[in-house]
Amino acid sequence: MNTGINVIAVGMFGVFVLLTLGITYWASKKMTTTKSFYSAGGNITGFQNGLAIAGDYMSAASFLGISALVFSSGFDGLIYSVGFLVGWPIVLLLIAEPLRNLGKYTFSDVACYRLKQRPTRILAACGTLATVALYLIAQMVGAGKLIQVLFGLEYNYAVIVVGVLMIVYVTFGGMIATTWVQIVKACMLLFGATLLAGMVLSHFNFNPDALFSAAIEKHAKGDAIMAPGGLVSDPVSAISLGLALMFGTAGLPHILMRFFTVPDAKQANISTLYATGFIGYFYILTSVIGFGAVAFLLQNPDFLDANGKLVGGDNMAAVHLSSFLGGNVMLGFISAVAFATILAVVSGLTLSGASAISHDLYANVFSDGKHDEKKEMKISRYATIGLGVAAIFLGIVFEKQNVAFMVGLAFAIAASANFPILFLSIYWKKLTTRGAVFGGWAGLLTATILVVISPVVWVDVFGFTTAIFPYKYPALFSMTVAFVGIWLFSITDKSASAVKEQEAFDDQYFRAQTGIGAEEAAKH
Amino acid sequence: MSNHTPHLRHSEEYITLIKERSKSKWSLLALMLTVYYGFILTIAFDPALLGTKIGESDTSYGIVVGLGVMLFSFLIMCIYVRKANQVLDPLSKKLRENAVSNGIGAE
Repeated sequence: MNTGINVIAVGMFGVFVLLTLGITYWASKKMTTTKSFYSAGGNITGFQNGLAIAGDYMSAASFLGISALVFSSGFDGLIYSVGFLVGWPIVLLLIAEPLRNLGKYTFSDVACYRLKQRPTRILAACGTLATVALYLIAQMVGAGKLIQVLFGLEYNYAVIVVGVLMIVYVTFGGMIATTWVQIVKACMLLFGATLLAGMVLSHFNFNPDALFSAAIEKHAKGDAIMAPGGLVSDPVSAISLGLALMFGTAGLPHILMRFFTVPDAKQANISTLYATGFIGYFYILTSVIGFGAVAFLLQNPDFLDANGKLVGGDNMAAVHLSSFLGGNVMLGFISAVAFATILAVVSGLTLSGASAISHDLYANVFSDGKHDEKKEMKISRYATIGLGVAAIFLGIVFEKQNVAFMVGLAFAIAASANFPILFLSIYWKKLTTRGAVFGGWAGLLTATILVVISPVVWVDVFGFTTAIFPYKYPALFSMTVAFVGIWLFSITDKSASAVKEQEAFDDQYFRAQTGIGAEEAAKH
Repeated sequence: MSNHTPHLRHSEEYITLIKERSKSKWSLLALMLTVYYGFILTIAFDPALLGTKIGESDTSYGIVVGLGVMLFSFLIMCIYVRKANQVLDPLSKKLRENAVSNGIGAE
């Protein structure tokens, strides 16, 4: 396998970097207000935002990770694909319209619409930062390792390159640059995956059944790769994983933030629909690529090490497949696509984390809403640089650690803290600040603690022989804790402020449903 | 802020809007949850069923059902967006116009 520098990959990646830096330069001239920094002025169209959401959501982890899962255990990869997709009807039916109608820049705006600013903002900002940090570390470590193999660049340099580029995009170009980086990346990834899956299927006369037959023949597990395997072996795990995937998506702060970039609720709906179309299509391609990897790479000595394992690990399945099917040019292109994918996702995450710091914590907690826009803008840029530096540092620290649990934990926290607060603040009249704060923190902490004492951390990271908590996925328990906590502490809250918060519901509901009074797009 | 909305909240358009939107949202959501958790519970309780191959082919029911759930999600969303564009948005647009003529909502 290539350990030296792949000239084509570096060249194509160079073109992508130049293009995106050009976009950032163009966007930087429009970066005059906080509104343009957080939400691109609200002037992105539904179609553009659909592509950008897809670019924000389709991470390298899902491109390489799901094809790797299909490669190693067949059908189980599809369970994840389905789970990641079914989060979208939830976003559309429960969240998109009211979110756009009630909020301004972050989902905390919605939670704070009738609840007390300070405690609710702090909770929502912590939920955001926890989700963003976990996701970000996982992406950085993945990026470092991937780039090391693909470009022959040392791990630390790879992490620094990713970190510096994302700081540049977000600091100078804010949401405008981030949006267009995500759009360019989504197009590249969709094109690359289409090409790769098309090449796989062309070897089987575009008959998927022939592909499956070839995969069964090559795989050690044989027919078992067409059936559910070890991913979810008991009902509790199955339901828990299902809940985290389905409701986690509706609580991912960097995704929710994208809904403020369109002019109104109608465009928010349209962007969700487009995004889901692109994402679903992409996941289907990823499964084809995974089965293709089984058919072409297994038993192919060019791609296996002395132990019969895939060189560079299962995550390299899609990359090796591109080399097998399209030689060095295809390998270079897919490598550049993977790198671009990582950059776009980490930029979205950083922007979301920076907004939690500058918009939620600085502007609405520490300065009590008394602040000038220039200062907030400055804080958001410092926050971006701070988060970027922290991400580089943590990426280097976690190099040798097993970070596989982090994305799962990010989804669990999103489903157990962010989603319940957002959902109940929109739909449940009796919600009070006390309920949201107690239940939200309980959900966040339960998810975190259960993951720490579960097999994925207690055994895989700390090295204990048996885990205290037997299940890999905490969502069933932590979501229950959050919802019961919110319910209990809300209905027993008889304070005067609670009554006021409940009375404010009808007006809030009116605005959520009609968009009257909603934040409008910036005028040119 | 729109805290002068009581008379609009009792308007016929608003009541129809809420009724129509809730009806489609909650019924589509119930369908979605049934289908997805049907899939998840089948994986949990009867994985062999999904592993069964279809007729003479090597394709299992699981693959077809998995793809089916994805397509179903998209279909559910298409139905809602169509309804929103054709029925719900014209209603809320009308409400917004009424609100503007009453001096509400313009920030």
